[in-house]
Amino acid sequence: MKKDFDILVVGAGPAGIAAAIAAAENGLRVGVVDDSPSPGGQIWRRGTQPPTAARRWNDRFEAAAVVRMMGWRVIDCLRLTPEGGILRAECNTPGVQPADLHFRHLILATGARERFLPFPGWTLPNVMGAGGLDAMVRGGLPIEGKRVVIAGTGPLLLAVAAQLTAHGASVVAICEQASLAQMAPLALALLRQPGKLLQGAKYRWATRKTPFFTRCWPAAALAEPNPGPGSENEPQPRLQAVTLHREGKQWTVACDYLACGFHLVPNTELASLLGSRIQDGFVVTDQQMRTSIPAVWCAGEPTGIGGVDASLLEGRIAGLSAAGKTEAARALSKRRPGMQAFARALERACRLDPRLRELADDQTIVCRCEDVRMAALRGRSGWRDAKLHTRCGMGPCQGRVCGGAAEFLFGWSAGHAHPPLYPARVSSLMEEAEEEAMAASSSHPAIEPE
Amino acid sequence: MTGNHDVIVIGAGIVGAACARACAARGLQTLVVDAAGVGGGATAAGMGHIVAMDDSPAQLALTRRSQQLWSAIAAELPTEVEFERRGTLWVAADEEEMQEVLRKQTVYAAAGLETEVLDARSLAEAEPNLRPGLAGALRVPSDAVLYPPAAASFLLRQAMDLDAKLLAPQRVVAAANGQVSLDDGSRLYARRIVNACGAEATRFLPELPIRKRRGHLLITDRYPGFVHHQLVELGYLKSAHSVAADSTAFNVQPRQTGQILIGSSREFDAEDSTINHALLGAMLRRAESYLPGIGRLRAIRVWTGFRAATPDKLPLIGPWPEDASLCLATGHEGLGITTSLATGELVAAEIAGVRPEIAAEPYLPARFGDGIRTDSESMLFGEAAYD
Repeated sequence: MKKDFDILVVGAGPAGIAAAIAAAENGLRVGVVDDSPSPGGQIWRRGTQPPTAARRWNDRFEAAAVVRMMGWRVIDCLRLTPEGGILRAECNTPGVQPADLHFRHLILATGARERFLPFPGWTLPNVMGAGGLDAMVRGGLPIEGKRVVIAGTGPLLLAVAAQLTAHGASVVAICEQASLAQMAPLALALLRQPGKLLQGAKYRWATRKTPFFTRCWPAAALAEPNPGPGSENEPQPRLQAVTLHREGKQWTVACDYLACGFHLVPNTELASLLGSRIQDGFVVTDQQMRTSIPAVWCAGEPTGIGGVDASLLEGRIAGLSAAGKTEAARALSKRRPGMQAFARALERACRLDPRLRELADDQTIVCRCEDVRMAALRGRSGWRDAKLHTRCGMGPCQGRVCGGAAEFLFGWSAGHAHPPLYPARVSSLMEEAEEEAMAASSSHPAIEPE
Repeated sequence: MTGNHDVIVIGAGIVGAACARACAARGLQTLVVDAAGVGGGATAAGMGHIVAMDDSPAQLALTRRSQQLWSAIAAELPTEVEFERRGTLWVAADEEEMQEVLRKQTVYAAAGLETEVLDARSLAEAEPNLRPGLAGALRVPSDAVLYPPAAASFLLRQAMDLDAKLLAPQRVVAAANGQVSLDDGSRLYARRIVNACGAEATRFLPELPIRKRRGHLLITDRYPGFVHHQLVELGYLKSAHSVAADSTAFNVQPRQTGQILIGSSREFDAEDSTINHALLGAMLRRAESYLPGIGRLRAIRVWTGFRAATPDKLPLIGPWPEDASLCLATGHEGLGITTSLATGELVAAEIAGVRPEIAAEPYLPARFGDGIRTDSESMLFGEAAYD
């Protein structure tokens, strides 16, 4: 299947929605591709009741003349020139042929994912991502009466705590690794955005019965003692409690779920595959959200973790700029510095305490796909060396989980992305792009292991 | 790291590691220098197939000797090397290719290699996922698979146990006349310098008759039991590729993890590591024509790597006629993992001045004589070698 767009947007979160609307309102053929079944991104699909702003944007998105390809994943780039290119996408529904998405301009709005840090017991069942648990509860996981510990860093913790409390969970502790002093500049920045401050206050009010600890983190998740004979139907040990650490003190809290989120890691794999410049983990853009590659823009979290408002603004700028409305884009971009100040305050507030590097012991698994333990990684010279010699990051998650941990633990930055961007059917890589007269190459280095 | 060494090996790929191990075992003071880490070049990009090959008597002698050396250390190899004697099935599509199976069996038997001819039915029983209607196969049970970066690490560790030293990451900018210049401006000295830089060997010796030959590989998620042997088609032998054309062949390997490696492709004059989607597609369709269910498997990663190809498909092992201090260990094309051990043996024998186990002459760089051309376009490159 071949589809032609003037502007193709990858990602249907706030940045992608705003970009698509801005471009479509200027009369261009716009397509949006996202692997989720519905638009909204992690932030609007998940978590709190969709705020009014989200509903308004979603309504506009529904009304816009945009081709929505929900449930499709971009797996490869078949061609990229200054005049445009072709991305190949695979449908999550089995049996559907892959699609070749031709574009003149491409906007990357690929969002971010939670960062996980390894500590003893983090791979036990019922230890999960904070946003992940939130999404499962919204998807119907019964949480009423369950005891939940929420740990990590960032504003997400409080939002998830409020949401789970509203669903009847008993949130027994919220553990923020940062100190109050570290979070102060964020509070100051929030004073300029009363809406956010008010929302934060609402969350805290909703969770007022739950202790909120700063400089606190999980030292270990503890399992029930091995199930005795007669419990073969439940062979895996289950989470029973979590040992928390704060200022040299440790204590143990019984719980049914441990929800962790150590801030966010931007999704830059597609940008990397295209060869776009990435610095300190983020995609480099100019004020018009243009990347280092002609015909490719980037908006939202991959350019810097700035939250919904920054994503909406960057999405609109990218959409206008890609549609050729340079003046309008430039006018909007004057509002970016304020947003970037907030992003910097957020980054500082969420900066991880170096002591978190000591949580994992030698036996703690870092890479869940390939069962690679901490001891195997010590002494490796970098991410690629670790991949080659320990298989870390070589499994089906392609390093999306352990890569963020390794970056913090060892300072290793991820190498260039390889196709397919997600595990894809071999058959999806068999056919050449339609209307391709000659062999097309994408632009990414690819010498790699095995 | 300063001072004089008996031997400096440039390149810590599997060939460099094997050379260092063999030299150290002869009591030579050995230093290995690599610009990156251990086993990060073609060693990381290849399949890891320990295979006897008979494109020429010299190739068979080298691969056969190497296979024996791998067998000799098989018991010592740590688990992460994932050494498994899977055996190779040379798959014959039709009766014409079955004739080739019989010929191959005779040649291997003469070299002391036991093989088994499978008819159509036993082939289908051995590998049920192959398409119906194939004529048969030659099974070479002594062939094995392993994970090359871990194997290179192991060989280098053994060398270091024998007092070899590793200097990495450290880039070499020049190597000649017993002197190795590093990019930090320092210099190292040795009686002999071994160039084990694979396809990068021409960086120090542009006149070497070596061309980069790019290949693609794909690895899948885990499907234990989907295939049991390394499966290779015999078909390419009768296909009439022009000497420098891009080509693909069916070559599939089961990993110990249950993952499956799918190859192979060959391209000249592709100097960067980008994916050639047309060639990748052709390679996968070729694999599907033998394994019809392969399209349903999940691919995790596709990558490219560079083989160091020579005009006569034999490596360059031994002294470089223009510079008595230089010894080459490169040009292994797609057989470097297999032939690393025999290469190390030949290099160490040359440097120690003793007689090697197998005749060194077929691999000597001097075979290209004065006729070594600097213009690679004019070199006569032979038929596609094995992956």
